[in-house]
Amino acid sequence: MPDTLQGIGVSPGLAAGLVVRMGPPPSLPAPRPVADPDKEVAVAVSALETVESGLRERAGAATGEAADILEALAMIAADPTLRQDAETRIRAGADAAHALRETFDGHREALAALGGYLAERAADLDDLANRAIAAALGLPMPGVPSPGHPFILVADDLAPADTAALDPSSVLALVTERGGPTSHTAILARSLGLPAVVGCGGALDLPDGVAATVDGTTGEVRAGVDEQEVAEVRARAAVERSRLEEGRGPGLTSDGHAVDLMVNIGSAADLAGVDLSDVAGVGLFRTEFLFLDRHDAPGLDEQVAAYAEAFRLFERGTIVVRTLDAGADKPLPFLGLPEEPNPALGVRGLRVARDRPEVLDTQLQAIALAAAETAADVWVMAPMVSTAPEAAGFAARARGFGLSTAGVMIEVPAAALRAGRFLDVVDFLSIGTNDLSQYTLAADRQTGGLADLLDPWQPALLQLIAGCAEAGKDSGRSVGVCGEAAADPLLAPVLVGLGITKLSMSPRGLPAVRAGLAAHSLADCRRLAGRALDAGDAAEARAAVLAETT
Amino acid sequence: MPERTVTIASRTGLHARPAAIFVKAAAEQSVPVRIRVGDGSPVPAASMLAVLSLGAGHGTEVILDADGPGADDALDALVTLLARDLDAEEAADA
Repeated sequence: MPDTLQGIGVSPGLAAGLVVRMGPPPSLPAPRPVADPDKEVAVAVSALETVESGLRERAGAATGEAADILEALAMIAADPTLRQDAETRIRAGADAAHALRETFDGHREALAALGGYLAERAADLDDLANRAIAAALGLPMPGVPSPGHPFILVADDLAPADTAALDPSSVLALVTERGGPTSHTAILARSLGLPAVVGCGGALDLPDGVAATVDGTTGEVRAGVDEQEVAEVRARAAVERSRLEEGRGPGLTSDGHAVDLMVNIGSAADLAGVDLSDVAGVGLFRTEFLFLDRHDAPGLDEQVAAYAEAFRLFERGTIVVRTLDAGADKPLPFLGLPEEPNPALGVRGLRVARDRPEVLDTQLQAIALAAAETAADVWVMAPMVSTAPEAAGFAARARGFGLSTAGVMIEVPAAALRAGRFLDVVDFLSIGTNDLSQYTLAADRQTGGLADLLDPWQPALLQLIAGCAEAGKDSGRSVGVCGEAAADPLLAPVLVGLGITKLSMSPRGLPAVRAGLAAHSLADCRRLAGRALDAGDAAEARAAVLAETT
Repeated sequence: MPERTVTIASRTGLHARPAAIFVKAAAEQSVPVRIRVGDGSPVPAASMLAVLSLGAGHGTEVILDADGPGADDALDALVTLLARDLDAEEAADA
């Protein structure tokens, strides 16, 4: 008999497959006396071997740079000095878990002290340490799993850092033990178009490898199902998906008001296999991929080639390229930026050009050269802009390289409040809701416990978006949303009701958003927007809109 | 004790992939080999952590030493490896 667990469905859809749990970082139990040191050494060595073989398996399944990184991590786990250190500590009286903790901490400090590239690798050691300690204690492996087959990811809750490591192509559904409708897991699932159930008590007790079904609408999770049920649910899921995908065409409300539906990409590779026939363009082309893990800035020719590759995939629409969004929060060694006590409020985005204007100039020149090579309509925008003169300076610089359409991201409340002035000097605005909510609600994106404040349904955030949209209407210029908010099918009609004309999201979010818009007239959208703006907080805003739409 | 001095040829230095190739080769030698940068203290060449901690970039001179039967052969093999651009060979190996 299958076990039925009940949680809160936060992202619609059905899925069936094998459960793989993601453990939280293991917490160390109190040290215990070691009766048999030889046995304890064997436990520590076996834990390191488990970590090593897991990494080698993943390296074998990966390709290119990812495989190299995993292979290098496997060699760290296999390092004989780790084994020797752990053994020495066990012989001195420590148990295996504590010996591993102390061993990794020692090496971590040594690496961190070396600074730069090696200090960044110190975080890799933390991940290895957590895995080794979990193996020694018999706990589920922490970190996003990568079992080499599609799976249902079961976790306590997902933090923003976990999602960076998530490969959306192999995850069938998300189930979390904790979390609510506003958790990061819920937002992520909707943006990826994955079924998700949160607040599902007992989920973490499911064994790895058990077959389960997930219903992201009703919140029901059934574990221990047979092959027949898996096949049935998959068939129903396929029917549901094709129903959503049949909703073709450009974004339209039920009464024909057009909304540009666009996609967010990080490199040309993200467009592979995506049906672009109904997409109005790329609303956010992140360029960080070219700059990560580099000791030197990529040269002009390398950048031209990479941008042109992406532009060629989309020669009939608009591509909005965001210039490098790095800084103390996303450090790049070659920028040589000093460490900051509060990186989210420090030198990041366009602010980097204050000290290193040549990095921005080279990038703008490369984008202009790549645009000239292709037929794509290329727009550029700068991240982290706070004042109209900053925006004007960026636009002048871009136009100087022949890029005729220049805009800025709206991520800072100061910029949202002055959107009208900004539109006097730039051609368009694109609202990055993730950072705008972090700065508006004063809630750090890295702090998992503040998910409710970071929720894009917060009326204060919606009010700032409304102000930007109004400024766009007054000036006749485009104002879009390119954050996670744009991928929420329930929020999309609200954003359109506020006056937003472009929604840009991960390609997988498109079908549900298209269906969400088609279900409402523009007058409905405006009414829903009014309900959301009148609410006290994000949960109330969502509840008010849900009550109107169901 | 036999020693060799060699300049790191790999473009990204003795990190990630080049480091993994070197450490693996060092572990396969019949004698323990040590590596150091300048006057730094020698570390085991078969330890990935120790080799990464050298922070040896492209163009850095490193000194290898080993003792015992076969030491010269081991050092020669590893010096040849470090004198090649192991990053450039990535595509060929993949």
